[in-house]
Amino acid sequence: MATVQTQLYQQPKEELISGSEAIGIACALADVDVITAYPIRPYDTVMQYVSRLKADGAFDFDYIIAESEHSQFEIVKHASAVGARTFTGSSGVGWFYAFEAITVTAGLRLPVVAMVGNRALDDPGAFGVEHNDAMAVRDLGWHLYWVSTAQEALDMALIAWKVAEDPRVLLPFALSCDGSFLTHSQAIVQVPSQDQVNSFLPAYQRGTLQLHPDNPITVAPQVNEDWLMEIRKQTDEAMRRTPAVIKEVYEEFKREFGRGDPSPFIEEYMCEDAEIILVGMGTLAMPTRVAVRRMREAGKKVGFLRVKFFRPFATEEIQQALKGAKGVAVIDRDYSYGSPSYGGVLFQELRSAMYPMEERPVMLNFIAGLGGREVMVRDIDEMVETTQKALDTGKIDQETTWVAVRE
Amino acid sequence: MATHAVEVVYRGIFQRTLARNIVRQIVFAARKDGKIGTAFGRYSDSPERNGIPAKQFAVVCDTALELEESLAVYEATNVDVTINVDDAMCKGIESWAWYGLQPINELTKPDGTLIVTSRQDADSLLEDIHQKDTAYNLAVIPSTVSFSGLWVYKDDHTDMRVLGTLCKVCPELVSVEAMLESINEQTGNATKVSSVQKAFDRSTTRLVEPGEGNSETPFSFDMPGWKTMEEGLVIRAVPEGGGFRGGEDGYQPGRSEVFKKWSVRSMRPVINFETCIKCTLCWLQCPDTCFDITPDGLYDANMESCCGCGVCEAVCPVPDCVTMVSESEFNDNNSQWEAWTADKDAYNTWSTVLVEKQKTETRTHGFHHVGGYDEEIQAEEI
Repeated sequence: MATVQTQLYQQPKEELISGSEAIGIACALADVDVITAYPIRPYDTVMQYVSRLKADGAFDFDYIIAESEHSQFEIVKHASAVGARTFTGSSGVGWFYAFEAITVTAGLRLPVVAMVGNRALDDPGAFGVEHNDAMAVRDLGWHLYWVSTAQEALDMALIAWKVAEDPRVLLPFALSCDGSFLTHSQAIVQVPSQDQVNSFLPAYQRGTLQLHPDNPITVAPQVNEDWLMEIRKQTDEAMRRTPAVIKEVYEEFKREFGRGDPSPFIEEYMCEDAEIILVGMGTLAMPTRVAVRRMREAGKKVGFLRVKFFRPFATEEIQQALKGAKGVAVIDRDYSYGSPSYGGVLFQELRSAMYPMEERPVMLNFIAGLGGREVMVRDIDEMVETTQKALDTGKIDQETTWVAVRE
Repeated sequence: MATHAVEVVYRGIFQRTLARNIVRQIVFAARKDGKIGTAFGRYSDSPERNGIPAKQFAVVCDTALELEESLAVYEATNVDVTINVDDAMCKGIESWAWYGLQPINELTKPDGTLIVTSRQDADSLLEDIHQKDTAYNLAVIPSTVSFSGLWVYKDDHTDMRVLGTLCKVCPELVSVEAMLESINEQTGNATKVSSVQKAFDRSTTRLVEPGEGNSETPFSFDMPGWKTMEEGLVIRAVPEGGGFRGGEDGYQPGRSEVFKKWSVRSMRPVINFETCIKCTLCWLQCPDTCFDITPDGLYDANMESCCGCGVCEAVCPVPDCVTMVSESEFNDNNSQWEAWTADKDAYNTWSTVLVEKQKTETRTHGFHHVGGYDEEIQAEEI
């Protein structure tokens, strides 16, 4: 697509912006061709920001406001097939309304990047963060990443296009951002220069898969049982290839921009020698790290493991991180009704990942912060106390505990 | 190692840009002092509605590590400075975010400061401001309350005066030098810089002793737990209404026992019962069914239900029957009709004074109010 690239950031610059605004800036720096939108809180904060960039003439892209989320995701799917770099997103039940388009995007191997502004699913109508909305793509061939700061939102958006569009991968990428805490809070963010981004992020080249008059192809045929398993296996192989690509791209990112964690998949915070490790995703990291620091000051051996990539799930890294712990307290900002132990989704995945280990830690599940309820430092303290009690008595009273729920 | 927090209590939509400017400038200026900060609005306050009390916060720390505790929360647990940009909210804050009335100084730390923009003096404001167990300081910025709208911003330097005052009362949050440098950098406007400096130079505070202020207990509400709530997301209707306040004549609609309006208004209607022609329009059009029909067929605006939207004033066909008056003029929610019935002369004198005073106030919400558009209309006719 013909675009006039305005040099929005000729030099690196410090900004006071929300996570949504950081992703809006990433869209401009990545020179995204097509953005589609349909308003729903808190995803609409990105819409507002890119609209402003467009109105100001700072960022030129095709901006299509669809009549529903379903069309919104259909449009980027098609745009991606013809070779356009795309961005879209939604929240809560809006994301669910787009689900038919969301599943086919992965099936067609189209590297759409989407932001999920995490929001509780209706009913009741609620705006606050819950992770069940984004979780729903976990079985579909999407990358699924949980962001914890505005800086990480910008950085991971740039990484997302590079990973998703890699010819070895070609799978869509969902960036999960906690509603309110990321989408509506402004933090100091280091924005890189356009030149830095240009040298990091190549143009999207779909090659022989590009839908174009010069490359006559058809996509998305109907198949019968003779074909489907092979097609599924191809997507599976792409998902199995992506961890190596993620590692490679993450290392390049760290070299180019000078920031990042040791691992792209997980963040280990004081986990070494920890007897009890808390596990969580997204902005839960803030109160949890504070609680861990205080407990460490008091001499308690506690650590925190932040799961960043939920898909692909970094099984081996997580096994290594947790294997030394006696107790693991998994905090879920989501829930799966009627699931094993009546627990959360992250808990089920972690327990499954730890099953092959010879020495398995005691694992407890804490359901907290649903619908955006604040998770406080004292809540984390209680989780650790409950886990310690299970270790001391050698007895688990209940595997799943709902935290700070009014009886 | 230190963390300092500021809250700005403001009227939704009307003062959103004002509040945002203040909290963002605090973080920008603190950067000049080598600190790091965050600025955020209370998520549950939005989507904002006209005039509903809302909050924004700025938290500033020496290090990013310290700041972490103030991230991923809706509201700071306590603040060094509370900034109230509408003096009517000294009566307390009812936002979308919680049920009940939060005293304006509830989050203000011991020895912290409450800054209010007002034409009233400190003693007059303290008639409304709830008592606190600990001492704090009160700084009044003499100014007309600054209201604008979603699409327009009244750039009357209220933000600059607040920031100058803030640097004086809480220099450990941000130095005035850093603030002046930052405002200059962000706005490039010398008169704004000068407004900050003037407010800094002129700022004075008054110590508020423990127990000083309004002794009323703020309205609060106990939320039920999952074992006591009805299942299936059912909300029972309020019972049907009936006669006027226990009597058989007149009519009072059924209303929620627990959900009442106390400080959401920034203005309230004052009724001239002498000129009312009983046309029913205020009663019909009020979005909150706040009008009670009196036994003599008049309409009494019930202040436990009125959100201060001003529709009654806009639809009333009689020029001087309904007038929206600044909420800061009132200290109770008493019935106007009962006052008028008890002593008509006294009521009429009282209401005339209020209505006359309102004509000199520039408090306006952007909706039509009596006389509000006269100048524009006349200009168009010519």
